[in-house]
Amino acid sequence: MAAVAALPPKAAPFDPETVRADFPILERRVHDRPLVYLDNAATTQKPRAVLDAEDRFYRRHNANVHRAIHTLGNEATVAYEQAREAVGRHLGAADGRGVVFLRNATEALNLVAWAWARRRLRPGDEILLTPMEHHSNLVPWQMVARETGARLRFIPVGPDGALEMDALDRDGLLGPRTRVVAFAHCSNVLGTITPAEELCRRARAVGAVSVVDAAQSVPHAPVDVGRLGCDFLAFSGHKTYGPMGVGVLWGRPERLEAMEPLFGGGEMILKVELESATWNEVPWKFEAGTPNVAGAVGLAAACAYVRDLGQDRIAAHEAALTRLALDGLGDCPGVTIHGPGPGSPRGALVAWSADGVHPHDLAQYLDQEGIAIRAGHHCAQPLMRQLGVVATARASFGLYNTAAEVEALVGAVRRAREFFHA
Amino acid sequence: MPETPDAALEELYREVILDHYKHPRNRGRLDGPGAEAVELQNPTCGDEIRLSVRVQDDRLADLRFEGRGCSISMASASLMTEACRGLTRDEAVALCAGFKAMLAGAGEPERLGDLAALSGVAQFPVRVKCATLGWNALLRALGGGAAAGDGGAMDA
Repeated sequence: MAAVAALPPKAAPFDPETVRADFPILERRVHDRPLVYLDNAATTQKPRAVLDAEDRFYRRHNANVHRAIHTLGNEATVAYEQAREAVGRHLGAADGRGVVFLRNATEALNLVAWAWARRRLRPGDEILLTPMEHHSNLVPWQMVARETGARLRFIPVGPDGALEMDALDRDGLLGPRTRVVAFAHCSNVLGTITPAEELCRRARAVGAVSVVDAAQSVPHAPVDVGRLGCDFLAFSGHKTYGPMGVGVLWGRPERLEAMEPLFGGGEMILKVELESATWNEVPWKFEAGTPNVAGAVGLAAACAYVRDLGQDRIAAHEAALTRLALDGLGDCPGVTIHGPGPGSPRGALVAWSADGVHPHDLAQYLDQEGIAIRAGHHCAQPLMRQLGVVATARASFGLYNTAAEVEALVGAVRRAREFFHA
Repeated sequence: MPETPDAALEELYREVILDHYKHPRNRGRLDGPGAEAVELQNPTCGDEIRLSVRVQDDRLADLRFEGRGCSISMASASLMTEACRGLTRDEAVALCAGFKAMLAGAGEPERLGDLAALSGVAQFPVRVKCATLGWNALLRALGGGAAAGDGGAMDA
């Protein structure tokens, strides 16, 4: 990962077998086989620390935040705001001031698109994206472009899955008309790690805002917003061992200050008259209505969990699993692996096509062996068209996966080929 | 769910299905008078089909399809083109209803001939939309009311 914070390395080696005990769901059996969960890019499983934090909130502290004077209200408010601080520090920020709690990364990206870009962009302005964005970082920009007359431009992706950065100047993709540069830190299909620091720097140089979709990077390595130099960064809690229903937009506080809220309601106001209202401070002005307090508390617990384990150690463990999968699947007859080749930076996922075995059929076969992978377009249909496929199979790894699980995957992929007479 | 994992898989992927997947019948397109073409995608997985139907004297004189998708969706479309050739519109719509009933775990699969090979899909609800992709294209081509609300083949 490009923006790796300098954490002190932990001495003890990483032992996935020990941490597996922290995840109750991993005891499950599927079709009478042990669950092999390799769909972590879609959502991760939750450690007991996260389940307990949510449960404890509802059992002990549940009350609405920010308004009540009573003890529970105070406890809930403190827990919620402490979660905000914890998430801010997890992202390398000094505090939680830039942290807006939302439902998920999709909502975070939409907030930037609608509350920042929709109000500022004019016909002829340009939004620079990549063709390997998740639909959540593509469709909102298409909508904003349609409403404002702005134009979408795309940094090409080469056959190796890397962004063709030369094209920024060569094709005039980045220039005075560029108002937004939005991109995935790590592709959810190819696993490509994008040069995020460089893209943020180039965006800043032309006066554009940078928007980093960090949904696939935050779960796997330390991400530092200061080092990235981004204006906005979005991620989902549930993809990083936290609960579903909570996501984060981090915004540079001066950017957030300059933005109008998108939703009106309780909590986001300072003073309301019959005809008008004034907005609360950043970040609360973007959090209309009762937030997902338990979710935020659970997400903070997830951040603490991975920090305690050591994010650098998790990254090293997952990189080893990914290499094992690349080698093993690469040796399977008929398998074509998509994305960066050996030696190039890659996130903790592998997507592939297998001759004569459609990804759905492969996923169905693997499921019968208890192995959960993803098959489909991965919410990235334009990229699928560029790859010349309608769907791929994808295995994505988390901190609790083991080498034995990767071997089980590879063995099952080989057997599937026989089963389907491929 | 059938007793063992392998049995469930064998039930889903019967030889007839794998045969039609590997060797699809009636691939291609139809042009000319009376030919109607419909393209449908399954938005949840990206599978796509282009079905051409030529109706003559209220009968489905010919059906051809092209597409990309999993074995269930492609085999189902292939089997459909064989089963529907020569049927009247009403008979084809009725066959479709019987086929969908089978996928819902009801109906009388034994009366559906080769289509009964797809009865195992009923055990795998997430695959029902695969098996119905071609049939929804057919309903749309015939201008049937069922086309409304098929949401690009989202339904069963």
